[in-house]
Amino acid sequence: MKNIEFRTAASAQGGLVVMAGVPGVAAGSRVQLRDHAGRVRSGLVIRSANDAVLVEVFEGTDALDLERTWVRFLEEPYKLPVSRDMLGRVFNGSGRPCDGRPPVISADRRDINGEPLNPAARAYPREFIQTGISAIDGMNSLTRGQKLPIFSGGGLPHNRVAAQIVRQAKLLGEEAAEFVVVFAAFGASHADARFFQESFEESGVLNKVVMFLNLADEPVIERLLTPRAALTAAEYLAFDLDYHVLVVMTDMTAYAEALREVAVLRGDVPARKGYPGYLYSDLAELYERAGRIKNRRGSITMIPVLSMPSDDITHPIPDLTGYITEGQIVLGRELSNQGVYPPVTVLPSLSRLMKDGIGKNFTREDHPHVASQLFASYAKALEVRGLAAIIGAEELSDADRRTLAFADAFERRFINQGEDEDRSIHETLNLAWDLLSMLPPESLIRVSEEELTKYHKGAA
Amino acid sequence: MGKILEINGPLVKLDLPQTVLGEQVRVGRLGLVGEVISRDGNTALAQLYEDTAGLCPGEEAEGLGWPLSVELGPGLLGGIFDGVQRPLQAMWEQSGDRIARGVAVASLPRDRRWHFAPDPRCLAGMPLVGGEVLGTVQETESIQHRILVPPRVQGELLELAPEGEHTVEDVIGRVRLADGRIEKLHLFHRWPVRTPRPFRQRDHAVAPLITGQRILDTFYPLLKGGKAAIPGPFGAGKTMLQHQVARWCNAQIVIYVGCGERGNELTDVLESMPTLTDPHTGRPLMERTLLVANTSNMPVVAREASIYVGITLAEYFRDQGYDVVMVADSTSRWAEALREVAGRLGQMPVEEGYPAYLGSRLAAFYERAGRVETLAGDHGSVTLIGAVSPPGGDFSEPVTSHTKEIIQTFWALSKELADARHYPAVDWLESFSGYVSSAAKWWADNIDPGWEASRAAALDLLAASEELQRIVNLVGVEALSSEQRWTLEAASLIKEGLLQQAATDEVDSFASPEKQFALLTALLDIYRQGMKLVKLGAPARRLIQMPLLAQARRWKSQHSSDDLEALKAKIAAIPAAFEPLLLEYAPAAPSSAMEEIRP
Repeated sequence: MKNIEFRTAASAQGGLVVMAGVPGVAAGSRVQLRDHAGRVRSGLVIRSANDAVLVEVFEGTDALDLERTWVRFLEEPYKLPVSRDMLGRVFNGSGRPCDGRPPVISADRRDINGEPLNPAARAYPREFIQTGISAIDGMNSLTRGQKLPIFSGGGLPHNRVAAQIVRQAKLLGEEAAEFVVVFAAFGASHADARFFQESFEESGVLNKVVMFLNLADEPVIERLLTPRAALTAAEYLAFDLDYHVLVVMTDMTAYAEALREVAVLRGDVPARKGYPGYLYSDLAELYERAGRIKNRRGSITMIPVLSMPSDDITHPIPDLTGYITEGQIVLGRELSNQGVYPPVTVLPSLSRLMKDGIGKNFTREDHPHVASQLFASYAKALEVRGLAAIIGAEELSDADRRTLAFADAFERRFINQGEDEDRSIHETLNLAWDLLSMLPPESLIRVSEEELTKYHKGAA
Repeated sequence: MGKILEINGPLVKLDLPQTVLGEQVRVGRLGLVGEVISRDGNTALAQLYEDTAGLCPGEEAEGLGWPLSVELGPGLLGGIFDGVQRPLQAMWEQSGDRIARGVAVASLPRDRRWHFAPDPRCLAGMPLVGGEVLGTVQETESIQHRILVPPRVQGELLELAPEGEHTVEDVIGRVRLADGRIEKLHLFHRWPVRTPRPFRQRDHAVAPLITGQRILDTFYPLLKGGKAAIPGPFGAGKTMLQHQVARWCNAQIVIYVGCGERGNELTDVLESMPTLTDPHTGRPLMERTLLVANTSNMPVVAREASIYVGITLAEYFRDQGYDVVMVADSTSRWAEALREVAGRLGQMPVEEGYPAYLGSRLAAFYERAGRVETLAGDHGSVTLIGAVSPPGGDFSEPVTSHTKEIIQTFWALSKELADARHYPAVDWLESFSGYVSSAAKWWADNIDPGWEASRAAALDLLAASEELQRIVNLVGVEALSSEQRWTLEAASLIKEGLLQQAATDEVDSFASPEKQFALLTALLDIYRQGMKLVKLGAPARRLIQMPLLAQARRWKSQHSSDDLEALKAKIAAIPAAFEPLLLEYAPAAPSSAMEEIRP
């Protein structure tokens, strides 16, 4: 069957082709289409019956002549050849090299859909990863094996933040030698792709990065493959070769939109905002490939980047992502407009796994309390700031004015930092105490009395 | 023997005459399992519990002759099962880190021997009815597994094995049924998950479920046998709160169903439970816990089944006379699985794409909770706590609004509170409990008759402060009278010193009812003493500066539930802290004012 070419395309529309009279094709099997010009495209069987087969074509169905299209069913799922040689290479959205160098040769080819990890085989993420960014390390710490997305919006510097994390991320007390990056971009602009490439090159990490690029002007359906190919590479590097892999995927919104486009063509019943009901499961299939496995050295830590349409965090894409990932880093337009970089809006940001990756044996014993106190004090300070906007700062009490000063300093000194400024966790925590010392000790109830004596620099 | 006609995602059309709706089928070379959901002439539509990639039209399919069932017997506790009760630990050992398809592993270990002790009352020749206790197996140190006669078996006991070691498949007894057939009894039996297990009658729920969480126990109590929902947007601490309930509640068995949720969270439960101690029995928590896990990346149809697998396991332990808590995280994912399958079936969507039967399915599921008199005449209960994940935190969406109509206790989580790191972020204005009067009776009998009044007083204070807060937001705190400022301060004291309870705080993670009540009355006492002074003319500013307020906020994490004497000593010293101010503002008649204030 693999060697038979069928010429029975019955209909084609927006990336989908119906093949008639093809006997018994396996669901999910890979397909090769050859058009009249000799161009070879690839696709997948998404629905299979005795009389008709529905094929999704990754490169799209433009300029396809039904009578002059030859289709082969390869009887295997879509696979990616994996090897150590992938490091330092650039692939296109469906996993073929696009850096002008020869293809990766390997007998080891993996189904890009992967298989679900047995929950009993998972090891809980614990080790702290230092990103060098105070707003993340101090208050929303990343741990090895965690999936922590960046929620952003059009025009916000999420790419710069992601690149900074890639450049600076390190494990404490361990060598960075085992640390590699898998970077996947879908629907990215050429400028963004170049920015990442140059940023990795300058910092000398390029030979430790595997890139998968599906750019904005490339086929939409191919976007459904890109993250899967990237994660297959990541799984190989992490669980076969023992690397600690950081996966950065941008932009998940482009991925979800591609999924919606295909779902509409397939006639799936839409749930919210036209997205199919299985958007949650589909995103989960990707995100849940992060993690650690018992008795394996490697790990996959994931930072998906997504832009929230109209900055709306309740939009289905950030909403469903938030339900699957272990927290989120939210970038805010207000801070960004004030020139704060990285514009991390700390209150809606969260790292769920933080509690188990920080503190005495990981960072410093006061870290959990300091983080909690910063959140509480800043939340309080924002209330005061809201009040000051109404009644005027002159009307505020002394205590309130001090709180206001804290909020400003917190944004200017703690959140704000240079794009090349790599702060150690101790620097971050000491800085936090400098700021907390602006507040009277009796108002700091989230930190213990011992910590107050040790670190608080006395009431101002 | 039938064959596959068409594959469409998890749905497979089969040529399978004479199959029964709900019947289990095995299809294809891989041997994937699923269930029949509709029939039309000779064709049947089945939903498969595993990914269908690689299936081919024309491959074989067979009906297995039974509906989706679970195995009920020793070996459940401490385990982790997938959505169709396959043991994940055993699968891991057998087939590696990833869940391979078509793997068939028995739910209960077949080779393990259990020490069975027959019930001395069970003698050969006596009549037996379903649900009766045949004997016991000490499954874990804290839980005695009672071996039950399968509910539908009724007849004369012919023989029962003597005390000894048996595997679950060994025949331990035989019963002659009414029609003369002989039924063999084993340590385990099977039960179809979509059929509620029978009981004699429903009982009134009487005792509150103590979770050790103040906002829940003191303010919005849930009874053993009750139904509760925890709705909340992502990041509001839903999972954390459920973990806290699963850890500390005073049920005898806890069943945690991870339905379409994160893999790492289940790992957290698996890794932390064995190291934690049950405050009620002193034994490791894992001994009373079992997990059903269909994480979000596992197949969607098994997700739909996982909820029923969980509740059937819960009913089984209830039938042994235990108080069981089942936590379902999250019912929204279950509803979405319904929606996904309905969509593929082409059923007419109603609200947000959900099928029209969403409400009735939810209601039927929650109705399986309750306190009952079992077939054996014992009392057992299933308390059901369902998490709801409303899209965008919008409580008016279909799953939340349907659930709200069914349940009695509503623990609404608020994004605003969570953002301010006020945990547990249970919103005291949106939450409700229909069990307050029943709980009040228990608190009055066991802790203090003043519970209901104190609870109401604290809630009044919180509501009043909410009103005042609105004024403050408009005109600033300076515009308030001293009384109003003191009310605000006292409410903030209640929020920080009582409602906030850090799960990570070893001392305060669990608070006994005694500790809860002591803190509640202490903080209310501070409020009242202060209010007296304000009425005597003391400015609120002076009161707010009292060191007592900062100290009282720390009491919760300074005194564990075992160390209440020291806390009570501090509480007894509250009036003394107010004395200097009292002397200052009531100089005319200090002694009489003092008497008035002191209880």
